[in-house]
Amino acid sequence: MKVLRDFLDKQKPHFVKGGKFEKLHSTFDAFETFLFVPNKVTTSGAHIRDAIDMKRTMIIVVLALLPPLIFGIWNVGYQHFLSMGMPYDFWPMFSFGLIKVLPIIIVSYVVGLAIEFAFAQSRHHEVNEGFLVSGMLIPLVMPPDVPLWMVAVATAFAVIIGKEVFGGTGMNILNPALTARAFLFFAYPSDMSGDKVWIAEKADAYSGATPLGHLLVLDVDKLPSDWSMFLGTIPGSIGETSTLAIILGAIVLIATGIGSARIMLSVIAGGLGMGLLFNLWGANAYMNIPAYQHLIMGGFAFGTVYMATDPVSASQTAKGKIYYGFLIGVIAVLIRVFNPAYPEGMMLAILLMNVFSPLIDHYVLQSNIKKRLKRAKSAVSA
Amino acid sequence: MSNVIKIKKGLNINLVGEAEKTIKELSTDQYAIKPTDFVGVFPKILVKEGDAVKAGSPLFIDKHRENITFTSPVSGKVREIKRGAKRVLLEIKIESDGKDESIDFGAGDPLKLKREDIVGKLLQSGVWPFIRQRPYSVIANPADDPKAIFISTFDTSPLAPDNDLIVHGQGDAFQKGIDALSQLTSGKVHLNIDANATHSKVFTNSKRVQINEFSGPHPAGNVGVQISRLDPINKGDVVWYLYPQDVLTIGRLFIDGKFDSTRIISLTGSEVLRPAYFKTKLGVNIETLVKNNTTDVNKRYISGNVLTGKKVDLDGFVGFYSTHVTVIPEGDYFEFLGWGLPGFDKFSVSRSYPAFLFKNRKYRLDTNYHGGERAFVMTGQYEKVFPFDIYPMQLLKAIMVEDIDLMENLGIYEVDEEDFALCEVVDTSKTEIQVLVRKGLDLIRKEMS
Repeated sequence: MKVLRDFLDKQKPHFVKGGKFEKLHSTFDAFETFLFVPNKVTTSGAHIRDAIDMKRTMIIVVLALLPPLIFGIWNVGYQHFLSMGMPYDFWPMFSFGLIKVLPIIIVSYVVGLAIEFAFAQSRHHEVNEGFLVSGMLIPLVMPPDVPLWMVAVATAFAVIIGKEVFGGTGMNILNPALTARAFLFFAYPSDMSGDKVWIAEKADAYSGATPLGHLLVLDVDKLPSDWSMFLGTIPGSIGETSTLAIILGAIVLIATGIGSARIMLSVIAGGLGMGLLFNLWGANAYMNIPAYQHLIMGGFAFGTVYMATDPVSASQTAKGKIYYGFLIGVIAVLIRVFNPAYPEGMMLAILLMNVFSPLIDHYVLQSNIKKRLKRAKSAVSA
Repeated sequence: MSNVIKIKKGLNINLVGEAEKTIKELSTDQYAIKPTDFVGVFPKILVKEGDAVKAGSPLFIDKHRENITFTSPVSGKVREIKRGAKRVLLEIKIESDGKDESIDFGAGDPLKLKREDIVGKLLQSGVWPFIRQRPYSVIANPADDPKAIFISTFDTSPLAPDNDLIVHGQGDAFQKGIDALSQLTSGKVHLNIDANATHSKVFTNSKRVQINEFSGPHPAGNVGVQISRLDPINKGDVVWYLYPQDVLTIGRLFIDGKFDSTRIISLTGSEVLRPAYFKTKLGVNIETLVKNNTTDVNKRYISGNVLTGKKVDLDGFVGFYSTHVTVIPEGDYFEFLGWGLPGFDKFSVSRSYPAFLFKNRKYRLDTNYHGGERAFVMTGQYEKVFPFDIYPMQLLKAIMVEDIDLMENLGIYEVDEEDFALCEVVDTSKTEIQVLVRKGLDLIRKEMS
């Protein structure tokens, strides 16, 4: 590693102020700190620091995304072979999926990181690691047949409008990956919904509707079995189908303490609660499906584990996280059942609550403030 | 005795290099008082280089509050007045003549003296600056009547000195100090002890105090935490606080009539070969303290503990409020892919490193940041090590945008930099939190004056 270090040390003078490539300072810094944790030492305050940093945090989330990614790649192939009526061998299916999914990932990372680097450069900031996660989330919430140029446009929109205009990672109001998906959903609805897009290169005769698609037209009978919805051997966005793989990711996030278990549990409670309420009402077949099925259909599980828990766009207070999560669950199921224009309520529910999370935090803070004022008053009167 | 107050949130950081419980005499001739140790003080110097001084001779006063005097800890002569950039007064170095002559301020039983006589004696002798106030952690204003005085007898910070050992056999001086303090407030004097570790009779048999028992991890020993549990500070309240060795100094002033600046300093840290306690004077030179007793690596000398102490040079001096010196390795190295490797030997509170599996491991930690500074992204981290009914991140953001009202509402009067030290340690975003909190406190103090 010494050779690499010496090389970097030799190049460094070109990138600092006054050097030949001064303008590329952020880019150099990003690569240097990627390879080596910097030698910067504390000067004031605490002299010792925890080993965790943003890179570690983000890499753990990427790690937690691997189970749904790998399953998703396989499932893209599986669904295609299934629709064609071809034999199911693991490697052909996996490599078909890889050929489909890999370009989407590459486009997402290249476009997103290029914009991130450009913004960091113009602001003279260090490049933030946030996009390492967003860049993986975006492909996983896309239908397998999405055109690559759409991925590029959506990623650019998400990074610029969803994040950088607010000041970059940590300042954004909406979850960037969901912003990308919402952008495509509203801009190109025919490529993001219906029953054509969920299976890559599908045979025409084969129905490719997702469970939510069936329910939209109240085709409860066509719903796949609970078991296949849980395992994820159903059509859908690349990473969202397998509840099992998502649970594996959730275990990683909760065990490392990176993802908020509090939010995840609140979302599940909200979704189940609303589902049960609909069961009591029971006005149509959709309302009568067992409440737990909401958790294993569509993007509910994926949104719960990877999207709702985004610490930047979620509520930031411990109490706020409970309200925030619960309302996401409630609204997601509400939209699914009530609004025929939007088969999947999860994306909209999370985006809506992203907008409201500062308000939730505001009220949580107000109660703390009131408590303090009350104490001051009673101290005066005592 | 009252119930034990349990502090649940917090963190004990186990470091290598705990001091052996022996006290060695350390005699040297190099001492210094550093005006930069005193928050908000603008020094007006009263001596010149070469002047002869005794213990208790005034060296400088505070321009804003001219009755607050800072005096020489030993007798001898002023060797050097060191100034820094913009002529800021950094150090007033005193070369001791070894005679320990002191100005006589007159002995007296504080219980029989009037408040103004006690205050006068403390001010004149230069002992007063040991008494500080919350909010702001500045030297107390003699004209105030604090609603309480807090003395924390136990230190929970990493490698903290053992106050039981330090006060051993000095019960008389301690009680005299308490007697003097009890005359300064119309409220209570709180003596806070560790429910599990404080055994010294000097503390447990003290009179004219309310003894409170605490248990739990750091920062349970911080006065800030103790105040918040017993008598929280509201806007306009003033609480005074000090530490056991300061009480002893006050006690000795009333017993002998002298400013006896004897301090027991614990020398700790992974880079100290034989960590121990040293009996010396206030503001002792670091070089003599660590002589022939450290490893050969590039080292960081800290006056204080690793969480809140100040970085000092080898030719520097122990701070006015420090009874503790820590020496740890500097962290000026690059680490290849440090964020990506498993990191079995690393210290981390987060479970993203395996450190949580080895709860009792002792660490040799260095001063590396372990990452670059970022915006706030992770949430809920600070709350785990911050035992106040305060939303830490929201308060920090209020300070960042300099919103005075919001800072007040969110409880800035109840906290101090040291209470945020653990937040700073565990922070993923590597924000300079203590500097930020100080900035907020200074802003408020300016606004209020």
